[in-house]
Amino acid sequence: MTDAKRYVRPYGDTTGDGMIQTSFTLPIPFGPKADGAALQLANKMGMDPAMVVHSNPIGDDFTFFVVYGSVKHLVDLDEVRVVEREYPLLSPAEVNSALKKVLRRKLVVVGGCIGTDAHTVGIDAILNIKGFAGEKGLEYYRELKVVNLGAQVSVPELVRSARTEKADAVLISQVVTQRDAHILNTQEMSAAFREAMGDRRPLLVAGGPRFDPLMAGELGVDRVFSRGTTPGEVASYLVHAMQEKKGVAA
Amino acid sequence: MALLDLDPKVVATARKLAARAAEPVVSLAKAHTTVAVERATLRLAGITGADSTHRAGDVPWVNRVIDTVREQCGLEHGVVLPAFHALREHNLGTLTELAEATAAGQIQFRIPTGKDLTAARKASTSAVSKGLRAVDRNRAQRDKLITKWGDPAQRPWIYLIVATGDIDEDVIQAQNAARAGADIIAVIRSTGQSLLDYVPEGATHHGFAGTYATQENFRIMRAALDDVSKEVGRYVRLTNYASGLCMPEIAVLAGLQRLDMMLNDSMYGILFRDINPIRTFVDQRFSRQVHARAGIIINTGEDNYLTTADAVDAAHTVTVSQLLNEHFAHEAGLPDHLLGLGHAFEINPKVPDSFRLELAHALLARELFPDAPLKWMPPTKHMTGDVFDGYLLDGFFNLAGVLTGQSILLVGMMTEAVVTPFLSDRDLALKNVRYVLNAAGSLAEDFRPSPDGLIVKRAHQVLGEAVDLLERIVDDGLLNAIADGTFGLMKRPADKGKGADGVVEKAPEYFNPASEMLEAAQ
Repeated sequence: MTDAKRYVRPYGDTTGDGMIQTSFTLPIPFGPKADGAALQLANKMGMDPAMVVHSNPIGDDFTFFVVYGSVKHLVDLDEVRVVEREYPLLSPAEVNSALKKVLRRKLVVVGGCIGTDAHTVGIDAILNIKGFAGEKGLEYYRELKVVNLGAQVSVPELVRSARTEKADAVLISQVVTQRDAHILNTQEMSAAFREAMGDRRPLLVAGGPRFDPLMAGELGVDRVFSRGTTPGEVASYLVHAMQEKKGVAA
Repeated sequence: MALLDLDPKVVATARKLAARAAEPVVSLAKAHTTVAVERATLRLAGITGADSTHRAGDVPWVNRVIDTVREQCGLEHGVVLPAFHALREHNLGTLTELAEATAAGQIQFRIPTGKDLTAARKASTSAVSKGLRAVDRNRAQRDKLITKWGDPAQRPWIYLIVATGDIDEDVIQAQNAARAGADIIAVIRSTGQSLLDYVPEGATHHGFAGTYATQENFRIMRAALDDVSKEVGRYVRLTNYASGLCMPEIAVLAGLQRLDMMLNDSMYGILFRDINPIRTFVDQRFSRQVHARAGIIINTGEDNYLTTADAVDAAHTVTVSQLLNEHFAHEAGLPDHLLGLGHAFEINPKVPDSFRLELAHALLARELFPDAPLKWMPPTKHMTGDVFDGYLLDGFFNLAGVLTGQSILLVGMMTEAVVTPFLSDRDLALKNVRYVLNAAGSLAEDFRPSPDGLIVKRAHQVLGEAVDLLERIVDDGLLNAIADGTFGLMKRPADKGKGADGVVEKAPEYFNPASEMLEAAQ
């Protein structure tokens, strides 16, 4: 690329033609009226002119369309803002080799649901090899030793296990939120670790659908993960945190 | 016709080794019972419903009874003796009434002796036979409907998944899928159900990435598929999951509601769900006996190994698992025609000759298990989100299925790992299958891999590696091999894992009429 461009349009086969292609289904029977409806939608999406190049019925009540056309919009690259994650997303192989380099032993993760919470869906999605959203869980990583304590783990039990296992990181999951149970449980947990181990405490990570990632300080943990977090994100974070701790540049 | 020229002696050795590896585990399975086997037995004896007043939410009555019996007199004699003795002692009409009285704290369970013992044995045997007769009637009804409406016109049968979380939405999607050409509908379960130590009750509308397996949901979906079967003129089969902590109970509910296929793997729960190995083998044996009785085709889960390990390096672990699954299934009374052994198209498409290697692996399975309805599963690991690439890959998967004579084809979605399939994704996926079946349907007739070509050589190599691994497993012991991480890279010690506390060693006087009748039928 020569000069940095500021404004761009989609590229079909000629610079500036703005051509895109899209497909969708409308809940109406196949026929000329359906094609007209698809065209109207394409126009409203900013495609002008638009061509319905294909349509076919799906059952009696639906029609599928493929549409090509030129969009009017311009992309202003100066206005593009992306949230940069402070750590890179790594593949399992990259996680393994990074951990090997920084620790020269396996990283030990102890996890569970604390308090009366019996919903292990979250912790299992992150830890079990079965994983979540097409990603394998932390058990799959050769350089991670995972101890999943399961449901309804008491805080003293968690601290004890973390000590015996010499945990580098403790992951707790909280799904139940009645009377702010998730917040109180997590605060109790972080306080117990501070009291028992001081600065030598493991990395504390809390996860659950109702947690706000900005709450880490208030909860006394190092990191909070919210809804939709995948095992890969957690593993990449663990690598990042270990590197920080050991003062290694990422 | 055999294309690979496999040495019958090597094949026989592989089967013998699988049997030897399985032997100690089968003895262990016979020597133990579990809370889930006992619950399944009571369900066959007629218990239904749940305690809706319990503060923990709906607790199935069967769980209340089993837990109380266990607390008061243990389960090593089986649940039926104390339960049916209490039924007579308190003059109660049904097991559900017994459960209510149990919850109210009115029952003190004990093991009967003398005349009471004889009476409890008789009453429980008669109740359980009634349940098994219902299973038998469903099997006969399935055969009748297949005769009436017919099987799919083509092989492979086309297997489609629905999973909305709401049984009513599932019904709409399933009926539409059948009209569009699906021969088998699988309803995926809600995430995490495999780790529940009870079966939820009633029709459900709020699953998480799937719909709960309940007896009522089974009934609703089977009835909906009967309606659409009549309309499309072929018997549309229904699949669910007998896996996890409630494997035996779900097998019973499937038999009672005429499900046609059940996911049921001998090691999946251990490796991928961290369920206790002994619990799994005991539960699995009972559930397979029930499936054999109900004429249900089991589907095994070898595809899972390839999603965690490399599909080329770990090809032989699939063969080993198929041989073990076959042996455990035969031992539990399942004939070849009910053995839907699994395998998958998961080789990295960037590997040179990846399609030829897929053909080699698929043919090997076909020729090792000529009479089993093999289940061929689509790419998932190398579906990148580029739906156009994915559509091409699924086309090659379909072609491999046709070319190697696979029996059940799970339809691949180009949106795998992106979103739950759109209506149009499912339609396009079926179009892909129809095109390949139509364009290449009988191509297998003309397909003769060269005797010294890559396909034949690769198949021989994988079989050889499978025999080597089986030898190591026999030396080491299957439970130790599982503990050491031989399969799917997971280490699962025999005394660890979920549900371990639900395993009970049988006393010499253990009695379970369901087990006795199921064993006798073999």
